[in-house]
Amino acid sequence: MGIKVAKTGNEAFAEGMRQINPDVVAAYPITPQTEIVQIFSQFVADGLVKTEFIQVESEHSAMSACIGASAAGARAMTGTSSQGLAYMWEMLYIASGLRLPIIMAVVNRALSSPINIHCDHSDTFGARDSGWIQIYSENVQETYDNLIQGVRIAEHPDVRLPCMIMTDGFILSHCLETMEMLTDQEVQEFIGKPPERENLIKSAIEGNPITIGALDLQDYYFEHKRQQAEGMKNALKVIPLIGKEFGEKFGRYYSFVENYMIEDADIGIVVIGSTAGTGKEVVDNLRKKGIKAGLLKIRVLRPLPVEEIRDSLKNLKVVGIMDRVEGMNAFCGPLYSEIATCLYDLEKKPILTDFVYGLGGRDVKIEDIETIFNDLLKILEKGKKEFTLKYIGVRE
Amino acid sequence: MKEIFEIRWHGRGGQGAKTAALLFGDACVSTGKYIQAFPEYGPERMGAPVASFNRISSSPIRIHSGIENPDVVVVLDFSLIEQINVCEGLDDKRGILLINTPLSPEEIKKRIGFGGKVYTVDASKIAIETIGREIPNTPMMGALIKVTGILKLDELLHDTRKKLEVKFRNKPEVIEGNLKAIERAYNEVKGD
Repeated sequence: MGIKVAKTGNEAFAEGMRQINPDVVAAYPITPQTEIVQIFSQFVADGLVKTEFIQVESEHSAMSACIGASAAGARAMTGTSSQGLAYMWEMLYIASGLRLPIIMAVVNRALSSPINIHCDHSDTFGARDSGWIQIYSENVQETYDNLIQGVRIAEHPDVRLPCMIMTDGFILSHCLETMEMLTDQEVQEFIGKPPERENLIKSAIEGNPITIGALDLQDYYFEHKRQQAEGMKNALKVIPLIGKEFGEKFGRYYSFVENYMIEDADIGIVVIGSTAGTGKEVVDNLRKKGIKAGLLKIRVLRPLPVEEIRDSLKNLKVVGIMDRVEGMNAFCGPLYSEIATCLYDLEKKPILTDFVYGLGGRDVKIEDIETIFNDLLKILEKGKKEFTLKYIGVRE
Repeated sequence: MKEIFEIRWHGRGGQGAKTAALLFGDACVSTGKYIQAFPEYGPERMGAPVASFNRISSSPIRIHSGIENPDVVVVLDFSLIEQINVCEGLDDKRGILLINTPLSPEEIKKRIGFGGKVYTVDASKIAIETIGREIPNTPMMGALIKVTGILKLDELLHDTRKKLEVKFRNKPEVIEGNLKAIERAYNEVKGD
């Protein structure tokens, strides 16, 4: 069994990568992910991993190198934040379209401009339709656990899709927390050898060379996209199996969402990332006052776990969505759209309202979340909402 | 101890306020406690006022917001009290203020008009005499555990020795100097 240690989110990512011991890591440093590259390159220099570490000149090249390595059959990893992820954009779609199980550690940071180095989810929310699996973390422990499970999910023969694992910039990436680290052997046994898949090197050795990434026009492009969509659908089956296996081995179980006091709740919030922890404190306080409050934490955003979200929220009367992104659609944040989509087909559904918070690292206090619950209580009382979107903690 | 005990460290860029929070948090983990340690990130310049934070608890910590009402404030650089309000958010009765200064707690109280508990220790002098350099963060950890009781002295000494033995394998004098500094500050801290 693992041991209790103190690690920051970035250290947890880097240690996890060391234990995974991938064939190739190609990465470029960017705040707040920089330490991952720094610590991991030290592991390489110290000979603690067999990884070929490729120092690239940009994130576009980092993703390109991972795509090349993965197409050649390697287990490839990278990490980035914010503008770095934005700079990878066209390559993200190529990684997923080619069905390459690349693993990427993402430290969430606001997108410029205005330039900002702190946390919000605008970077990875922008990439939610890029065909990557997306898994978000509440704390340092989950950051580490999600990275290790991510390898198995991405490489599963029924999935074969790249996977990004998120942690909140500074709030988690630079916060030292108590966590339990597995032994190197436990991680190696859990991830195992990558399952066999067609790749450039194997096909060349076998004397039957293949082409990856060829032109695909009206005749087959659609079929390939249809297959890719099936891979994402299959991830819906694979993710809970891997989460259960992880739980049986190491005592921490994972699925798509975490339901916190939601079963009998009248009002609840939906939240992603580190704010979920702060939200649980608020739910506990409200429960002590006899208010039936609950919280739904979204761990997996892609694939979108529609059934689970529906099951969690169907009996609630009022739900507040917490969006750490401004959707710029003059109506609501992107998580609101996702949750509304999940609930639309239900006959009886809760009243939904959206709260945009924490942009550019704006601190989210207990009182901010209390304000949200107070609004939900008012809506519950009146039986209708008077706004769809409200900004929390902003000066107007 | 409260459910979650919160600490704010004040220092100047380069003085080790961040390191102090990390080291102290790490030391608490070795006694089975749950911790958080995080710095305040702003423009970082040598000599500019900086802050860092700890949360310490006997059960897992879920909250991830900033610390606004700490139980203790530790000031590594005395000159900061003229520049910033080190008592901000500190309870005027139960709050604990621990300052690195040769002055007495009474003199400090008079100067800043704080009603809570004030403790002082000349950590800079202790550091120069034991470590040979003015690094007040290690001795301040010794004073901190004395005034709060979060750790026992031998627990902190044991953990610090373990960590420094990894880092300073070839400089045993650094290890002994730091341990001596912690022990002296623990014994020499004055106040309520």
